[in-house]
Amino acid sequence: MLDMTPKELKERKGITINPCKTCEPVGAMFFALGVHKCMPHSHGSQGCCSYHRTVITRHFKEPAIATSSSFTEGASVFGGRSNLTTAVKNIFDIYDPDIIAVHTTCLSETIGDDVGSYILDLEVPEGKLVIHASTPSYEGSHIQGFSNMSMGFINYLTKKTDTLNGKTAIFPGWVNPGDCREMKRIAAEMGAEVTMFPDFDGTMDSPMTGKYEYYGEGGTTIPEIQQMGDSENLIALGTFASGESFHLMRKKFKTEGMLLPMPVGITLTDKFVMALRTLTQHEVPKSLEQERGRLVDMLMDAANYTYHKKAAIYGDPDVVYAMTSLCLEMGMIPKYVITGTPKSEFEKQIKELIASYSIEEECVVKADTDLFYLHQLIKNEKVDIMIGSSYGKYIARAEDVPYVRAGFPVLDRYGAPIQTICGYTGGVYFAEKIINALLDRFDRDVSDEDFECVL
Amino acid sequence: MKERDELLDKYSAKVFKNRKQHITQLEFGEEADTITANTRAVPGSMTARGCCYAGCKGVVVGPMKDVAVITHGPIGCAFYSWGTRRNKAKSDPESDNKNFIPYSLCTDMRPTDVVFGGEKKLEQAIDEVMDIFNPKCMMICSTCPIGLIGDDVQAVARRTEQKYGIKAIGFSCEGYKGVSQSAGHHIANNGLMRYIIGTGDKKPKNNFSVNILGEYNIGADGWEEERILKRCGIEVTSVFTGDGSYETMKNAHLAGLNLVMCHRSINYVAEMMKTKYGIDWIKVNFIGVGATCRSLRMIAKYFNDPALTARVEEVIAEETAAISEDMAYYKSKLSGKTAGIFVGGSRSHHYQLLLRDLGMETIMAGYEFAHRDDYEGREVIPFIKSDADTKNIEEITVQPDAELFQKRYTEEEIAALKADGVELDTYDGMFKDMKTGYMVVDDYNFHEVDALGKSMKPDIIFSGIKDKYSTMKDGVGSRQIHSYDYSGPYSGFTGAVIFAKDVVMALYTPTWGLVKAPWKNEPLLTGTLTGGEA
Repeated sequence: MLDMTPKELKERKGITINPCKTCEPVGAMFFALGVHKCMPHSHGSQGCCSYHRTVITRHFKEPAIATSSSFTEGASVFGGRSNLTTAVKNIFDIYDPDIIAVHTTCLSETIGDDVGSYILDLEVPEGKLVIHASTPSYEGSHIQGFSNMSMGFINYLTKKTDTLNGKTAIFPGWVNPGDCREMKRIAAEMGAEVTMFPDFDGTMDSPMTGKYEYYGEGGTTIPEIQQMGDSENLIALGTFASGESFHLMRKKFKTEGMLLPMPVGITLTDKFVMALRTLTQHEVPKSLEQERGRLVDMLMDAANYTYHKKAAIYGDPDVVYAMTSLCLEMGMIPKYVITGTPKSEFEKQIKELIASYSIEEECVVKADTDLFYLHQLIKNEKVDIMIGSSYGKYIARAEDVPYVRAGFPVLDRYGAPIQTICGYTGGVYFAEKIINALLDRFDRDVSDEDFECVL
Repeated sequence: MKERDELLDKYSAKVFKNRKQHITQLEFGEEADTITANTRAVPGSMTARGCCYAGCKGVVVGPMKDVAVITHGPIGCAFYSWGTRRNKAKSDPESDNKNFIPYSLCTDMRPTDVVFGGEKKLEQAIDEVMDIFNPKCMMICSTCPIGLIGDDVQAVARRTEQKYGIKAIGFSCEGYKGVSQSAGHHIANNGLMRYIIGTGDKKPKNNFSVNILGEYNIGADGWEEERILKRCGIEVTSVFTGDGSYETMKNAHLAGLNLVMCHRSINYVAEMMKTKYGIDWIKVNFIGVGATCRSLRMIAKYFNDPALTARVEEVIAEETAAISEDMAYYKSKLSGKTAGIFVGGSRSHHYQLLLRDLGMETIMAGYEFAHRDDYEGREVIPFIKSDADTKNIEEITVQPDAELFQKRYTEEEIAALKADGVELDTYDGMFKDMKTGYMVVDDYNFHEVDALGKSMKPDIIFSGIKDKYSTMKDGVGSRQIHSYDYSGPYSGFTGAVIFAKDVVMALYTPTWGLVKAPWKNEPLLTGTLTGGEA
């Protein structure tokens, strides 16, 4: 497996090998799938739309519907206005969404299609909406595309009146449906009335009923997005996926709020709960305190097996930050922490986080890099566990490293999108996965005389 | 016909006018059934189609294990085509022990590269790939922005050849070219023909040697085919391109016969090799027990050797005996059931024969990116109107090779073989294996698969991942026929049994019985009825 990867590290400037990111449009498409009765639309070649639908479907094991402008050579020369106009008419005719969320691609961006002005000229049926976001694939990563589509919705739809509506807006960031549910549950426990934007609960994990509908029951509704400007306050989770939208809301609507990391493990969930406590002026109920206590108790009990174990954590910046924090809480050393997303802020945040735990060991933290680099690092100094997307499985096999899947995409396991890694409950679920992976390996490797029933 | 009318009913006048030409409910009347294909998809229709890059890199050149394929463009396309098509490969000394399948190589273009041109970064990337991997062959596949910003990947490939003395090929397979993956197949075929086939001199050891064209070794299909051919005493010179390699493809022109599996994606190479080297091709189908037997017998007839013919019959007898009990069992579970198949460009035909082995009929079928000849047979090729999108894809003309052109048979002998049932140098298409009333949909879209599932009510739909979960949520069985749901092989004799087992699993999984919650069938209010016995 990956036999051609050499141990020797050399600087590369031209070639990316085994990426740890993908392109902006898929993030925009994914975001739009968290809006109720929304059809994501890819303004570019058909292949983009097909590839994005495929990877999203494979991650969630759910249908991911989206349409394409189906550019041909002609459209690439003369511009995609007519393709978009035709597409929008056909989408409303055939698939009847309430809103179409158009995102661009490297093709439509390179030829300079002005989608914003095309939309102004569209004939949109009464009561229906079309919005767009610019997502040139050669910039940022899928995380940036997610963020851009979030801002697209806000810029097109969100309004402010004179009266606040008493609601707390929560921007969950790039998460799974189970995570959305858990965040809503915690917020409800804290007495908050919530608008979650986007909301994958009920769109990307729709139940089996024997009858397929194009649009699930879940997702943020259009009125909710429109009224978000009147939110009493806002909690944006995941500084990379939700940060720009958070600042936009502050700037545009003066919405009070906090920008926090994804609430995974103890300290980051504490931040989320404390933010809700401050904003809602609601005391933390005993039930949540008990959940927290159970997670602390479990991590303490298992420290015997996690303390100073070295981890390689890779993937998208927000989930990697959250996993790094959880690992540090478990006494582990985040030896290699990498993302493909080109944001230097990632390195700064992770280094600060590691420094706050007084880790003496030297850790490698790098943004804008790839899994080939991570593999080479591991070849030079092995780790005890890997945490990240399905594309790490090749390295885990090649180097025989225990491995836990997290983030996007997870293509080769079932059930994770329904579960949550967020909150104290999600902490128990995910910490158990880490601990079990370490213990399974320990049991596999020890000699017969050291093999014990009680651990 | 009713179902067709219902299907088209939802469309506006303009879409109706377009889509009705792509949807044929077969009549087999006095006038031959026809279909329109290989034309632009309707924007917004949610076509299942992909792009030219997907056809070139994803399908044809990606599976070549000893080739470093660099995707030139932003990161996405390289990411999506990495490890997602199940074209299995094993490294071996013949291919220099190289295996690029688990690797994804990309220039990951940034805004400055798009503005100022990406050739410099591409050349830097090539230097680094040479330093790290030292491949003997490199291919550069272009994504959408490349053609638009004017990067010349062919020129870069030529410079690479000069600099490193290796084989390097640039493919201008930008996603927007053509109308589907099909354009990418053609572009890839042209490159392989122009630069690789015919450059080697390693002759086959055996009198009976073949290339398997259009076999991508999804789920190890190619390996099952090679196993059977080898048992028959037939040597496989090269496979295009599943588990294939630059090293073996170089010698493809020295094989005795070409076997074409996926007609759509590779027929160009088959035709060009016939013109240039005189190598005939047979349209084979190793999907299905009957189809596999027929294919083996056609090969035997072509080589016309009594010992080979006897050996083929021996193998057929042994192989079919070995699976007959299993096949009979699965047939008892599946007989009388109906299916729909919506896949790329050949399998919608191939799998109908395997399903028929199991007593199942395919009442609806469609292709993503086929041409009319894939539906109606190659005899319609002279009548296909070429449009601007097709004309933009280069058509290369080859001439008989002065030294290597060699014909095995005269025209009369060819005609005799054809009369004897050998599908020689032609393909009869899918229609002829279907029946009256069956629905054929070209460039099927999400709405059409969904609506046909509801109106024609097949027991199972074989399609891709994009349709899989909606199909299942509708209570209809589903198997992916692009990826085989990570099972396989489905080809040959062994594969037929695995396929049958998987179809039974898809239809008989006990979870189907749990879809309806018990409280949906029972009222909440309970009590004793008065006026009767308690």
